[in-house]
Amino acid sequence: MRPLAGPLFYFLPMSASLFIEQILNGLQFGVMLFLMSAGLTLVFGVMGLINLAHGSLYMIGAFAAAAVAGWTGSYWLGLMASLAAAAMVGALVEVTVIRRLYRRDHLDQVLATFALILLFSEGTRWLFGPFPLYLDVPDALSGTVSLPFGIAYSKYRLAIIAAGLLIAVGLFLLIAKTRLGVRIRAGESDREMIAALGVDISKLYTIVFALGAALAGLAGAMVGTIQSVEVGMGEPVLILAFVVTVIGGIGSIKGAFLGALLVGVTDTLGRFLLPVILKSVFEPSLATSVGSALASMLIYLLMAVVLIWRPSGLAGKAA
Amino acid sequence: MIKEFWLNAACVALLLAVVLAGAIFDEPYYITLATKVTILAMAGVGLNLALGYGGLISFGHAAFFGIGGYAAGILASHALNYEPLATWPIEIGGTTQMLVIWPVAAIVSAVFAAVIGAFSLRTSGVYFIMITLAFAQMIYYFAISWPSYGGEDGLSVYLRSEFPGLNTMNGASFFAICFVWLMAVVWGSSRMVNAGFGLALQATKQNAERVEAVGIAPFRIRLTAFIISGAITGVAGALYVDLNRFVSPSMLSWHTSGEIMVFVILGGVARLFGPLVGAALFIVLEQSLGGITENWQFWLGAILIVVVLFGRGGAIGLLAKEVRHD
Repeated sequence: MRPLAGPLFYFLPMSASLFIEQILNGLQFGVMLFLMSAGLTLVFGVMGLINLAHGSLYMIGAFAAAAVAGWTGSYWLGLMASLAAAAMVGALVEVTVIRRLYRRDHLDQVLATFALILLFSEGTRWLFGPFPLYLDVPDALSGTVSLPFGIAYSKYRLAIIAAGLLIAVGLFLLIAKTRLGVRIRAGESDREMIAALGVDISKLYTIVFALGAALAGLAGAMVGTIQSVEVGMGEPVLILAFVVTVIGGIGSIKGAFLGALLVGVTDTLGRFLLPVILKSVFEPSLATSVGSALASMLIYLLMAVVLIWRPSGLAGKAA
Repeated sequence: MIKEFWLNAACVALLLAVVLAGAIFDEPYYITLATKVTILAMAGVGLNLALGYGGLISFGHAAFFGIGGYAAGILASHALNYEPLATWPIEIGGTTQMLVIWPVAAIVSAVFAAVIGAFSLRTSGVYFIMITLAFAQMIYYFAISWPSYGGEDGLSVYLRSEFPGLNTMNGASFFAICFVWLMAVVWGSSRMVNAGFGLALQATKQNAERVEAVGIAPFRIRLTAFIISGAITGVAGALYVDLNRFVSPSMLSWHTSGEIMVFVILGGVARLFGPLVGAALFIVLEQSLGGITENWQFWLGAILIVVVLFGRGGAIGLLAKEVRHD
């Protein structure tokens, strides 16, 4: 995106600080998408499972955070609760349902995890009622922070970016340097062999699934302060995470990271720039509606282009 | 095969019996439900062609269902408001004639299926599932943010479209139209599946490399099947809009894609009447659970999970108890 930034300043009536702010918003969105896609791509890479219910774990994280923060008044306890709740529900679902699906074809996996979404969405509505919950930004992170070039940017969003990058580094280290990471990578390339070497593969699968679930839950909790916490909030994000996974290449954490940032920044900038650019061609009201319609399609077009160029994603191995 | 044949005949007879009972006891609600089952089954027959016989797990058939629906809704609303659809280069008006609406719905959804298929079929397996889903979502978001035809609120069509010689506002007549459509597409798919094209399609599902080795290009076979599949689902969408006299982006949502898929799987994948059985079971479940509890979707989810985990082969597979080698 950087090469675009220079020339755009010359012909667009906007300030550089607004543009940089949008890029930061895009990064924040991208980092959040990474937390979602990491679990999705890991579960697919290691277990060969397509999990539609991943968005439900995001929703569960957000609800757990909002509920606990509401009871205790502490955002940080809410954040802990989101990790714990999503990981626990993830492990529970893996042991009861998901485990039986690894040897099935994708069709059964899609249907069963689609059914899980119905179960979780309706179950959450049952427990928490039909009204959205709200989660407040903690005092330590409220307000703005001054960046160079006179930009005042939300402290909270900046913290999300930082946390997301930290988690990304942690995940890379976990996969590359630890014993668990070695097992995960071994599981990706040959599951029979590592079972034969004495690794308890079903425990490994539960851990990987719970890890992905915890990341999704954390993403939900972090976003819960920016948007309202409601049933069905996970579904749009799940589909974006699919787009990220397809762009990045299924099974690759690195690809998920690249894809997530690309999708986050493209989507945010598209929604911001397209109406502005179109205003130089159409009348303002038409430019706004055409611009927002086109902007909502932009990342799917990005996906189509990536597919033509590299059918198995940016970091994917050839199929 | 005989057993499955009688099972299919029993299902069709049951559907007709519901409509007959609805007409005799003056319960139009049952006729509407039967019509809904028929139309949804037709959408499922479309998907079954790609998913069941071609092994192409499309999670984006709501796109075609909704596009067919919007084609019908837009044409009819232009005709009812006396606004021309286009004024340049020639003036084209809307229409409320089903005989015009159907081909338009079929062609428009076929064109979309051709474009989506051309991209998606470059990939396979789980990529294909995600990409078809993503394209359908793209169209969904477009429909929501495009304000001309109601945007998020959808578009109401005040009158059901017309068919020469029939009063379509009469529930039984409209059911008859939908029923003939369903039988026609089931018959058409049975012919197609057993013809050279269908055999080649089923062969690509089993082993694409071998199909290529005998000189048939799998991509073209799959794309053709995907286009026909999309067109059938599109016409079903047009009928669905006529049934409800309303079209909204929810027809395009991924929930709809999931439900069409559920019809096919619940009834039995790659069975001619599977979608009818599946759609009927789904609607019956929805109605009966919905009568007991507000949270019927919770129980629907639970039942579906049990069906996937323990009852393989769908309802027809379970009842016909016929061993299938695929």
